[in-house]
Formats: sequence, C-alpha cells, structure tokens
Amino acid sequence: MKYMLLIQAGAIGEDGMAEGCEDGGVEAWMAYDKEVKDAGIFVSGEALADLVTATSVRVDRDGRRMVTDGPFAETREVLGGFYVIDVPDLDVALDWAARCPGARGAGSVVVRPIADFGA
Amino acid sequence: MGERTADAVPVETAVEAVFREERGRLLAALVRRFGDLDLAEEVTSDAVEAALTRWPVEGVPDRPGAWLLTTARRRAVDRLRRDQAYAARLALMAVEAERAEPAPPADAGGDLHGDPHGDLPDDRLQLFFTCAHPALADEDRVALTLRCLAGLTTPEVARAFLVPQGTVAQRVVRAKKKIRQARIPFRVPEADELPERLPGVLQVLYSIFTEGYAASSGARLQRLDLAEEAIRLGRILRRLLPAEREVAGLLGLMLLIHARRAARTGPDGALVLLDEQDRGLWDRPMIEEGRDLVVAALTGGPAGPYGVEAAIAALHDEADDLASTDWPQIVALYDVLHALTPSPVVALNRAVAVAMRDGPEAGLALLDELAGEPRLRSYHPYAAARGDLLCRLGRLPEAAAAYRQALELAGTDPERASLRNRLGAVETNAG
Repeated sequence: MKYMLLIQAGAIGEDGMAEGCEDGGVEAWMAYDKEVKDAGIFVSGEALADLVTATSVRVDRDGRRMVTDGPFAETREVLGGFYVIDVPDLDVALDWAARCPGARGAGSVVVRPIADFGA
Repeated sequence: MGERTADAVPVETAVEAVFREERGRLLAALVRRFGDLDLAEEVTSDAVEAALTRWPVEGVPDRPGAWLLTTARRRAVDRLRRDQAYAARLALMAVEAERAEPAPPADAGGDLHGDPHGDLPDDRLQLFFTCAHPALADEDRVALTLRCLAGLTTPEVARAFLVPQGTVAQRVVRAKKKIRQARIPFRVPEADELPERLPGVLQVLYSIFTEGYAASSGARLQRLDLAEEAIRLGRILRRLLPAEREVAGLLGLMLLIHARRAARTGPDGALVLLDEQDRGLWDRPMIEEGRDLVVAALTGGPAGPYGVEAAIAALHDEADDLASTDWPQIVALYDVLHALTPSPVVALNRAVAVAMRDGPEAGLALLDELAGEPRLRSYHPYAAARGDLLCRLGRLPEAAAAYRQALELAGTDPERASLRNRLGAVETNAG
C-alpha cells in the first residue's frame, strides 16, 4: 500500500525559507532519508524549492492562461516536500511520518493513501 | 448441530440474547479471518438471519456461537467466489496480515473453560483498537464501537445519542471507508505502543458512559442503557487486558458513579444533588466491586487519571453523608489528578472540594481565579458551583445571578429544574 507523506512547514520566514523543518539540521534529514531508503519502502520523494520561487497557473473558460507569482504563505502550512512510501498499513505509515524531522516543531506531516484504481 | 435443547427457552428470545452477546465476538473473529469489516458485518447479519429462520424449526444448537461462525464463514467464502477481483485483493491483504502475526487455527472453537461464550474465539481486542483508532474522528469512534462491539444497530445508536439515524449511518460509513481505503489495520498494538493507544479506547468507553450518565441534552437526565453498555464494554476490556491498571480504573470509576443511579433522580425525574441523595439507595455490591477495582488500579505502579478519579468516587461512595466525607483526601487526589491531566474542569472540582474542607470563602477564591478560563465560560457546573458557594456565604443577589447564568447554559430539563429550584430558594430568601 502506497502512502504519500506531505511535509508541511509550519511557518515561512521573511526570506521565504521554511521554518520549523530545520530541527536537528540537515543531518537529521539525511539520516531520515537514508533510513527510508535502507528500509526498502522508498518509492519517490523530493524536497521543494522555496515558496518565493513558486508560480501559479490557472486556465479560464475561454482557454486563457493566467500566470501569477506565488502563492504566498497566506495559509499557515506550506508544502515543503514529500515522500511516497510503500508499507503494509496505516500504522506503519504513521510511524514513518512520526520519525520524519518535518513532523517536529511547527511542522506537520499529512499522510495520504495513494488512490488505487486497479484490480 | 441442530439438536433440540431440553429447556424450552423461547427461540426468539434465545436468538436475540445469543446474538447480542455473540455479535461482537462473531464480527471480530470474521474480521480477523477476512480482514474486511464490511464483509464481516454482512455475513454476520446473514448468519443471524439464517439462525432466525432455522433455529425455530431445528432448535437452538448446542454451540450457537460456533454455528453462527461456521455459517458466516461459509457465506463469506461464497461471496468471495462470486466476486473474484474482491477476493484477490482480500487474499493479498490476508497474506500481508499473516506475515505480521500467525493466523488462528482454521476451525477456531472449543476453548470452553467455563466461559458461556467460549465456543467462539475472542478477537475483540483488535476490534476495540481499530474502532478507537486515532486516525478516526472522535464521534465516528464512538458510533463504530457501539455498533461493532456493543452490537447496537444504527437506529439504536441514533436513539441513544438523540441524533438522526442518517447522521449515525454517515459516521459509520465514513469510518469504514477510511479503515478500508487508508488501510487502518486490525491489530492489537505492541506493548510499547499501548501507553499511546489505550487512552483512546478508554476515552471512547468513557464518553459512551458519560453520555448515558449525564445526557448532554433532552428531557431525561440519565440514559442508563448507554451507561450500562459502557460498563459491559468495560468489563470485556478488563477481561482482555487484565494487567492494564487504567482499564481497572475506568471500570471502577464507571461502577462507582453508576452505583448512585437510583438516588440521582427523584420520582418525577428531577435531579437530586449528592448532598440530598438517599444513600440507602446506592448499590452496595456495585460499590464493593468498584472499590476492589480502585485497589487494582492504584497498586503496582504510578496512578493513572482514571484510577485517581475512581478513588475520588470511592471516597464519596464510602461516606455516610457530605459532612463526614474525607474532603482532605479528596483535595489531595484532585491535586494528583491535576498534575496528571491539568484542566480547568479538574481545577473547578478541586475548588469545590476545598470549599468543603476549608469553607466556602476559600473555595470561592479559587473559583474566581478560574473566571478567565474559556472552557468554563459555557460550562454550567462552574456557574452553579459559584451560585452554591455565594449562597452559603449569604451573598444572595450574586448567587441568584450565578444560578441564572447556569440556567442559560444547562443542557437537560432535570438540570434546569434543579437550578430553578435553587434560584427560587435564593430569590425568596433575598426578597
């Protein structure tokens, strides 16, 4: 069963950098990443660049493309990165989410099962 | 199978009684076998329907639970044969589940040991933990536990909580969908996970109990059937987890409160406060049982919040009247409780106990310190307690104002009636 762990930064600093996810520093993230890969559950995962680099695209009814800078952090939670892991059940997925450095401090990790349209 | 029983128990009654007792076990055994709550519920109902048709003709079998399990299991296999894709997915899940823990023997039965329901394996513990899983919404956990483990139907749950049937049905569907799609496992947490997971299960039982004891709304103050369901579930959980002291604490607490049920309402359904209750109406055997559980809850390790609350309830139950109650000990226990689970409601109860120990002035000073607590602003016992203490201090106009405030907040008719009485008495004396 595949689950996506959406790593939410709790707050964004003035420079647009995620705050609250740096608990324990880069080492904690590297150690976690290694654990996930060593456990054989890693499907995919990326860290996202700072929110100031984000661009939103919408297409209106007439097919016109509307491109805007942002979004900026009006919301308290900003997606900072994700993992997709393949584990037997939700309890195991929740364990991995709890071990993620992004779950500490002001951050949180949202666990979403990947929809299964097969079989 | 199919032998006629000598005792002429009316079959309808026998089937209902068996079903009520066995339903949770049957469902749990089938969930364990097939790993699917929907399928398990469906074939549980099928098996009961078959019993209702066949037992009146063939007689109640010697081992009704085993009969129901065999019948349900056959129906499940039939259904899986018809739906190959579904079966393939279930099989995959079963393989993964078996990797985690060994499956019970194919024909699990037999363990009688003087247990009247021993002809079914008891897999209910994992169902308790799944129904109270922290990934489910609080009200969904309650609805699911009542349905799966207490064997209540959706209309029964709806009636008990005074909510529309559709609301309960929706909660159950939502919870089952999440269990299936997010794959919440059917498993008993490991020993190291229990401290995190057990409080969730206990919370579900206690909220069923408190809803039954002090119904939050409606004409009747107590809905005893819900309180009794909570106690029944508590007894099951106690048997399943005999070493967990907080389970003993919760069951003890429920029994020690429930023991006062006959004295808590007057003949007209009016609320009778603790100081006016006829203590002769209290259920002594139930108090004894509760006290033994308090001892179990408080020995062999640090006390948990349910054990401490049960100890407080036991002190009330042991006293002949309000004056001879061991208030210093109750205040001390509230101090322990406040350290374990700090909350304004605990602080409120502590203040009332201090008023009994040191006089109304001391209690009122503590209550006034809590005036800024947002949780107490809409909590009628806070305003009512202030009214009582102001009344004892002879500050009647202020007492009347506090009672009026409590009256606006109280949820049930008997609670409002009690407050109106107190308000009336204060206004008469003040006038």
